[in-house]
Amino acid sequence: MVELKLSNKEAYYQQTLENIPSKTPFSEFWRKFKKQKLAFVAFFFVIALILLAFIGPFITPYDITEPDYENVLSGPSAEHWAGTDAYGRDIFSRVLAGTQISLYVGLTSVLLGAIGGTFLGIVAGYYGKRIDSIIMRICDVLLAFPGILLAIGIIAILGPGLGNVIIAVAIFSVPMFARIVRSSTLAVKSTLYIEATKSIGTRPKRIIWKHIFPGTVSSIIVYFTMRIGSAILTAASLSFLGLGAQPPSPEWGAMLSGGRDYLNMAPHVTIFPGLAIFVTVLAFNLLGDGLRDALDPKIKE
Amino acid sequence: MNQTLLEVQNVKKYFPIPSKLFSRKKEFVKAVDGVSFTVNKGETLSIVGESGCGKSTTGRMIMKLLDITEGKVIFEGQDITDMTDDQIRPLRKEFQMVFQDPYASLNPRLTIKEILEEPLIVHNFNKGNRNQRVTELLEVVGLNKYHADRYPHEFSGGQRQRIGIARALAVNPKLIIADEPVSALDVSIQSQVLNLMKDLQEEFGLTYVFIAHDLSVVEHISDRVGVMYLGRLVELATRDELFGKPLHPYTKALLSAVPIPDPTVKRERIILKGDIPSPANPPSGCTFHTRCPFAQETCKIQVPEFRELESGHYVACHYAEELEIN
Amino acid sequence: MEKKVLQVRNLQTHFTSDAGVVKAVDGVSFEVGKGETLGIVGESGSGKSVTSLSIMRLLKDTPGKIAGGEILYEGRDLTKISEREMRRIRGNEIAMIFQEPMTSLNPVYKIGRQLEESIILHMKLSKKAARERSIQMLKAVGISRPEKIVFEFPHQLSGGMRQRVMIAMAMACNPKVLIADEPTTALDVTIQAQILELMKSLTTTTDTAILLITHDLGVVAEMCDRVVVMYGGRAVEESDVVSIFTNPKHPYTQGLLESIPKIGDRVERLSSIPGNVPIPAHMPMGCKFAPRCPHAMDVCWDKEPSFDKLTDNHSVRCWLHKEVPTDEPNLVGSSER
Repeated sequence: MVELKLSNKEAYYQQTLENIPSKTPFSEFWRKFKKQKLAFVAFFFVIALILLAFIGPFITPYDITEPDYENVLSGPSAEHWAGTDAYGRDIFSRVLAGTQISLYVGLTSVLLGAIGGTFLGIVAGYYGKRIDSIIMRICDVLLAFPGILLAIGIIAILGPGLGNVIIAVAIFSVPMFARIVRSSTLAVKSTLYIEATKSIGTRPKRIIWKHIFPGTVSSIIVYFTMRIGSAILTAASLSFLGLGAQPPSPEWGAMLSGGRDYLNMAPHVTIFPGLAIFVTVLAFNLLGDGLRDALDPKIKE
Repeated sequence: MNQTLLEVQNVKKYFPIPSKLFSRKKEFVKAVDGVSFTVNKGETLSIVGESGCGKSTTGRMIMKLLDITEGKVIFEGQDITDMTDDQIRPLRKEFQMVFQDPYASLNPRLTIKEILEEPLIVHNFNKGNRNQRVTELLEVVGLNKYHADRYPHEFSGGQRQRIGIARALAVNPKLIIADEPVSALDVSIQSQVLNLMKDLQEEFGLTYVFIAHDLSVVEHISDRVGVMYLGRLVELATRDELFGKPLHPYTKALLSAVPIPDPTVKRERIILKGDIPSPANPPSGCTFHTRCPFAQETCKIQVPEFRELESGHYVACHYAEELEIN
Repeated sequence: MEKKVLQVRNLQTHFTSDAGVVKAVDGVSFEVGKGETLGIVGESGSGKSVTSLSIMRLLKDTPGKIAGGEILYEGRDLTKISEREMRRIRGNEIAMIFQEPMTSLNPVYKIGRQLEESIILHMKLSKKAARERSIQMLKAVGISRPEKIVFEFPHQLSGGMRQRVMIAMAMACNPKVLIADEPTTALDVTIQAQILELMKSLTTTTDTAILLITHDLGVVAEMCDRVVVMYGGRAVEESDVVSIFTNPKHPYTQGLLESIPKIGDRVERLSSIPGNVPIPAHMPMGCKFAPRCPHAMDVCWDKEPSFDKLTDNHSVRCWLHKEVPTDEPNLVGSSER
């Protein structure tokens, strides 16, 4: 085979835009995200958690509700990796099965909050004036309550139960999303390219969907991820207080609550679900941090 | 040929200053304070002036991107001053804008194809022909078909400005308002874009309103030139008249302030004293009297009329005739 | 011959990133003498600003590093001295003014305090004497009521006034070298004329050497004694200002001069340099200007020309003015216009 050697001139023109792979916003994001080592690990951990949420209940080594009174509060062993609880149920199996509940509560509540908050935030930011003041003052009122207190209040009205926990967490996520989305809407709205598209005669609906909303997505994604962590935490707290998931549900917060009485004798009953909460929340927060660094256009290399 | 395309009649733009707490009095920045001119079909009218003189605000009022406080804008015989967004939408394809900053005027999240398609979609262009039109537009401004799927950040400043021009051309407008289209570009790229704009004007019979601060660029591209100072036109004339025989002392100072890229030329220059006054609190009488080397008592009291001193040569100065003799 | 105040020899400044090493400045040499104004002209990415930051050793917060060459200030190599010694020189013997004065003035301190700070630090004056000196400096830069201005904050001043304050600050300690990085680019034409006039009068009264970095050829023609033209991180031409404008040797300088519209000189079409300003990630192997050069030959693509003296006072980096190191005949003749 004859080896073709390009002259330097040919090599230069070979390297024109036509032949360089396109840098899409996504490829740029991925390149920057991959550099965030910790967030990258957290990303895979979160993916594993989501997989576990689907298959967890089917791969538990023991039945999660069947009591075993011969093995009550036994410590971690080869048979029971994380020991057993006051009813002799395998804690490892229950934590595994609980993943689904925690992720479900976290994701749906934040998703509902994000949808509501994004809608309100865009409307407030884009149309401004009276609508803006009304929406933002309502948000201020909601934000003036401590989050957990607001959730307890909502549950007091709706009654305890996991479904109501989701609603409660969603409601107090709404004003936070509304604020964030409103501020990025304002930022995008004042850019020159919005003025340019207005000068073309683009209708407000198209401006919102084609320009404003995509411009706020990155901040929504970042906040969404971070918010899941705290939603899981809040849901666990509510369950711990007996306002959320009820026994014998393997919800992590409820498990903590169940082990509370044996804290001295059998700390493993609380340690393992506690650890699960801790690691999950941490993973979502680290992921959120990494996403922010990779998505924020102000952070340049 | 002297067909009027655009007529601007005594337009004003007052921006309210956010009132201080407990203060009832409303104050205004008089960004544009009574500007009138006409633009003929096929010509290039430039508006020059320094920062804060209201040249960009005037451009944005013509585009109806800003509400007009007072006065009228008439495009092809239609008064567009009080039209609603929906009424003006079909007219928008007749006049388009090119912006100063080619980095900020293109949405970074859209491909070039999506950017160029937008005006076509908004003005209901035949769907089947859109792709072809995008390719055509790219070629017209000297770019390639394969640029269509790229994002704005992959282009240099000059290329982005070409994309901005292509977007303005998409719906075959008659009038293009170019707001400092080359001032953000590198020197060696400026001339490329200026040449392109001239070529396009010839090819498509475009009319330009060219807003700029760089007098050498303005002299190159314009047929007629208007000079603005603190929200008002102080002089308006054909290019040859304005550069050959400027009548207003401000125009004279502006012309003499431009550094000439020739070290062998030495000349006396008029250096104006002081800063440009704030448009929130403009001087009385002739707004230029605080810096004018020829200011008289009358200038402090009386606002000079914008009058036609010679055919087609307008100037707002009490003493234009006397200054001309000297 | 008189010894020059500042001599830069074969300066190399490299930036390290994931993509590898970018040679932002690669082989720049020039000298400035007392009371002389040297213009460094170039477009974006030409390396002109990095050159000035390298001289001031202000690359600390960037991924940039001086990788080679010498910066001789009164015979001392600034690339070799410690940060401590550099601090004594910076602001005192070599001062700098920037394009946007607002970014280099601290918004929370009054003008007077900012001026006095460097005066006290470098000139070891008492507070009272420093105040007097700053008022005197403000008067020297043409500020009409300096006693009042010292009590104002930067945001209360106009752009032109701020640039005057910056110049007063830079000149307060009688520096031997003043580096001005696009000092008038952000200003209006009539204000630019004022500032240029001021800088001109300062050089005649104080003998300060000025390094004027700009993209505006008009400003260069008006202000400079000598000119260095930069392209793609290299100095491509250096001479006195009249030679650069009347007898440019490098095709880039020629193209640049022809492409700017000039007042009073009407042409139907401007001649223009084709192509784009080079980006570091996509630099040709040989001469960096080859892709845009109307005279490019094979050798231009393969080998970068060196920066050589054509005459005693005119240097150029171009194969058109050199023996081409091949047996091929030199097809392109002289570039005399």
